[in-house]
Order: sequence, then structure tokens, then C-alpha cells
Amino acid sequence: METDRLIRALAADNAHRSPPVGFVLTLALLAAAPVSMAIFFAELGVRPDVMTAMRNPFFDLKFLVTLALAISAIAVSLHLSRPETSLHGWAWLLLIPAGLLVAGIAGEMMMPARLPMMTRLVGSNSRVCLMAIPLMSLPLLAASLIGLRQGAPTRPAIAGAIAGLLSAGLAATLYASHCTDDSPLFVAVWYTIATALVSAIGALAGSRVLRF
Amino acid sequence: MRERDEEWTDLMRSAISGDSAAYHRLLKAVAPVLRAAARRGLARAGQPVDQSEDIVQDILLAVHLKRHTWDANAPFAPWLFAIARNKLIDALRRRGRRVFVNIDDFAETIPSEPAAETVPASEVAAQLQSLPARQRDVVQSIAVDSASIKDTAAKFAMSEGAVRVALHRGLASLTARLREQ
Repeated sequence: METDRLIRALAADNAHRSPPVGFVLTLALLAAAPVSMAIFFAELGVRPDVMTAMRNPFFDLKFLVTLALAISAIAVSLHLSRPETSLHGWAWLLLIPAGLLVAGIAGEMMMPARLPMMTRLVGSNSRVCLMAIPLMSLPLLAASLIGLRQGAPTRPAIAGAIAGLLSAGLAATLYASHCTDDSPLFVAVWYTIATALVSAIGALAGSRVLRF
Repeated sequence: MRERDEEWTDLMRSAISGDSAAYHRLLKAVAPVLRAAARRGLARAGQPVDQSEDIVQDILLAVHLKRHTWDANAPFAPWLFAIARNKLIDALRRRGRRVFVNIDDFAETIPSEPAAETVPASEVAAQLQSLPARQRDVVQSIAVDSASIKDTAAKFAMSEGAVRVALHRGLASLTARLREQ
């Protein structure tokens, strides 16, 4: 077909409007959230002492860290959904949750230790954490990839990895209300490993499904 | 170049607000620039440059289907060249070459008219034949027979809305098939 003819067909289709990436991403995440929550309530549930736990700043810090991760990853992935963009100037957003975590660890170090450091780090839920966060992430990761497919990321693996961070951040927010390990050391080790795993899955999937 | 970029940006803004004639003019204006860049990319990869037309069409389809990711407050050229570069790299990879494509290849390109030795693009035409009949007929009627949406609707006894849907789906599945091939 001659290019002029193709151009004619494209111009005739000018009236068609695709919804913005942010809109599709929001809808997809809203659709996937109940699935992750169903997994959460069926398998884990909120910890029984949640009312007392809320008075512990380190319990609250977990939500601050996981939500900061989710929100900054959403901002970065929307940015990367435009073809002419790169991580340059935006990657620092992803350092916010890490910074919060480091501040939390420093804060805990300055307080009189109730338990030895290794005990806090190893905790009692590491295995559940490593399974629950990736499992609850998967529906959200699928939704994020569907949302980002609406965009035009020129680095699909990187965009997929950020989608992984986004979904792990949301899943970890759910998980944090179940887990009785509140030490920032525990979060820094086990949540991070779980998040890295989801991010790797996201990169792998993204390099396939986010090409346009 | 600056004047050219501003003109493109203005045309794209008009296109987004519903001016199909401006959109048509824009695509006609960018095609020679994309063609020259595609030829240069092919030449650098040691590939016959006469295959540039398939790449140009691949880029134009991507531009069309992803134009909602363009920020109307930003200049159009960097967005266009990012899409074009991505598609050119893909096309060269499919031909088994790993090459580095510089964004300046596009920005500094002098437009190239279809050269006599250019092989007619065949990939879009071939994939067109594999589309569902309705989509194929509508795309063909509008592209090849230059019929309007209205005439196409009358010809196939469809509503204009149905023609629009079939046209858009046809273009979207053409693009998907080109990517999967």
C-alpha cells in the first residue's frame, strides 16, 4: 500500500480518541484491588492487636514506606508511559521510601532496644512476607501492565519493573496490617526482597507486553 | 528546523482538537523526514535502503495509535522522533541487526521524497489481507479507493459509527500484527 493511502486512512480515523494512560491505569487497579484484598482476607487478615499496634510509630512507618513506594512508582510509570521521557530526573522519587526506611532504622537504633538486632531483623514472619507480598502483587501487576500498555514506553523492561514496584507497594500496604514484625530492619530486609522479586517479574513481563 | 517543529506542533494541536485536515497535512509533512531517517538507519545497518517504506508506515501507525500520549503543551518533534527511533530499532532488529540509532538522525534529517528505487511497502498490504473481512473492506475502501466514511457506510450498508469502529479496529489490529510478525 502506498504511504499516502495509509495516511488517508489514519486521517479518517482522527475522530477516535483513546483514553489517557492514567485513566486506564486507575480503572485497572480499581478492578484488581478487590482480588488482592480477597487473597488478604482469606489467607491473612488484619492482626488482632491492631488497635494497640497503631500507637507504635514503627507500625505506622510501615504504611508510610509502602504507600510512598506505591505513589512514587505510579508517578514514575505515568511519566515513562510517554515515549520521549526517561528515568533521568525522576528516579530520585523512588528513593523517598528508601529514605523513610533509613530514617526509621536510625530512629529505632537510638531507642533502648527491647530485642536484639538480629531478632528484630529475622522476625517471625519472613516466610509469610516473602510469599504474601508477591502473591497479592500479581493481580495488581497485571492491572498496572494493562494500564501502561495504553501508553508508549520506549523502555518496556524498565517500565515493567516500575509497574512491579507499584504493585508491590500496594500489596505490601495490605500485608503490613497483618504482619506483627514492625521493626524497620525487618521491613528493610524482607519487604525489599519481596519487592525486588515482583519488580523482576514486572521487568520480564514488561519487556514482552509493553512493546508497542 | 525550529519553524518546522513549531508548525508540526500547531498542526498536531489542531488535529487533537478534531481538525482532520490538519492531521492529514501533518502526516504528509512528517513522512518524508521519517523516510530519510529510515533510509539512513537501513544504510548504517548494511541493509538495502529500498525497504524504508515499510518502516515509515510502521512508524505512522504507531504515531496514530499512541498520539494520546503526546502532551499538547510539549513540542511535537521530540515525541515523534522518540516513537520513530523506537520503531526503527525494532525494524532493524527484526532484520537481525543490532544497531544504535541516534535521535539526531531524525532531528537533523533532510526530507526525502519517495525515490525511484524504493520498493513499494508490502507489509501493511499483506497484513491487511489477514484482517477480518469487515475491517479489511472498510480500511481498503477508505485508504485504497479514497472513499469517505459516509460513502463507505453507504457502500457496505453500515452505519457511519460502525464504519468508524471498523476502521479504528482495523488499524489497531494491523499494528498488532506488524508487531507480532
